[in-house]
Order: sequence, then C-alpha cells, then structure tokens
Amino acid sequence: MLFGQSDHMNSVGEGCTDLKREYDQCFNRWFAEKFLKGDRSGDPCTEMFKKYQHCVQKAIKEKDIPIDGVEFMGPNKDKP
Amino acid sequence: MGRYFCNESELNCAWDRILSAFWQRYPNPFSTHVLTEDVLFREVTPDNCLLSRRLFTKTNLLPRWAERVFPSHLNRSVYIVEDSVVDPKAHTLTTHTLNVNHTRFMTVVERCVFHGVEERPSWTQIRREAWITSGVFGLSRPIQKFGLARFKSNQVKSMKGLEYALSKLHSESQPSRIHGDQDQDSPLPPATQKPQEYS
Repeated sequence: MLFGQSDHMNSVGEGCTDLKREYDQCFNRWFAEKFLKGDRSGDPCTEMFKKYQHCVQKAIKEKDIPIDGVEFMGPNKDKP
Repeated sequence: MGRYFCNESELNCAWDRILSAFWQRYPNPFSTHVLTEDVLFREVTPDNCLLSRRLFTKTNLLPRWAERVFPSHLNRSVYIVEDSVVDPKAHTLTTHTLNVNHTRFMTVVERCVFHGVEERPSWTQIRREAWITSGVFGLSRPIQKFGLARFKSNQVKSMKGLEYALSKLHSESQPSRIHGDQDQDSPLPPATQKPQEYS
C-alpha cells in the first residue's frame, strides 16, 4: 500500500494543500488498517482534520462556493 | 424534461481494494480536468458506516456552439459535491454527486453503487445512474444531449482513473472489466425524478 504519494491533488484553498495532504495520509492509513478491518478504536486524524477544515472553509467562503443547503446524499434518499 | 442514464458493469477487483483506491484516485492521467479535491465532512455513524463529503473543482469544457452562446462560462470552473456512504458490513459504497454551480445551464446528478458480492469476493458490481437536466429556455435539448455525451465520456475516464489508482496501490496486473450491456438512456418522465437544483 502506498502512503504519502508524491503526486497529490491541491486544495481549493491555495494555502490549505499541505494541511490537506497531512490529513489525507492519516485518513488513508486509518481507513485501510482500521476502518475496513472493523477496528473501532477511534479516529486518530481528528485534530488534523480540524486544522484542515478551518483553512478550507475559509477558502470556500472567500470564493463564494455555494455548498450551503446541499442535502447530504440528495433529496431522494430512499432509492434502492 | 431531462435525460436519464443507467449503466451496470463489473470490476474484477475485491470491494475493499476499490474502496481504498476510491479515496486516492486523483490525480491520474485521465483526470486532468479535475483541478482540486477537498474533504469537507467525515463521520463514522454508530453502526460503523463512514459518511463523507468531498468538493471538487473541475474545468468546464463546452462545445464551440455553447461557448458562443454562453461566454461567461468560459473561464469559470465547475464545483462538484460528492457525498458517499461506506457500509463495510453490507460491502457497499454509495455515492451521490452533483454540480453546485452552472446549475441553470445544466444539472447532472449521479448516483453510483459499488457492491461487493459475497459469493464472488474478487468481483465488484457497479451501478451508475445519472439525471441530466437543463433550465435554459429553447436550448435544453442540445444542452442535455451534450451533457449526456460528456457524462458518458467522463464515466469512461473515471473508471480508467479508478483502475489506474488500483494498479498503483496494489501492484498486480490491471483488473479487467466487463462492461454491462445495460447502457440505458432515456428521456426523463416529466413528473418524476427531477433533481433539486441549487441555484
């Protein structure tokens, strides 16, 4: 499993990319080694995610990206 | 008014491998139109499902005729929100993706289910549906036609990108794919399934 790939996407917030990459690395490791194996010992990436979110939410507001009010999984949740 | 598209296929790859690749599929050689990727929300539910929301910025390539009619779209990107639910007990990944700007021009809502089948653990079924609508008076039909063609082409790129990520993560031979021959596209019935537009 490759962690911390050198080619990586940028964040929509130009200053947030490093925080994003740190978080992604943590998440990918946790997802494969804990979550998929049924290990519920908790998420080690919470603090990293908070820092990353603080940055990216600011960028979303600055760029006026219209994500407010977008319902999670859409309005027709009872699809088969 | 709109178009509905449905496609079913299978990937010769175990479901949990597809899952890891799903989070790591960008960038890839087929995704030069995807400019940014961000996770906006993540939560593990009490029954151990993983909910996520991602935001993507993609370039908005229009055919020549549309560039002439809609010049303001030329230099603006499309923002795409992808919601997903991973259920590791049921071996399903369900995604719901739509654009949140340029919505009056065209709205594309995609719902995708990746389903691992217990009896065939090295295969994953993929069911992809899309609802394409346009609110531009007098041009909705060619816009929807363009939208459907672009969706199908992006779907191919998306699968190639996923396969690329899979072979990078698990350096084995490329997983082979069987295309379902259930490519279905049809006009949307007028009263049903109109995706909500967020303008």
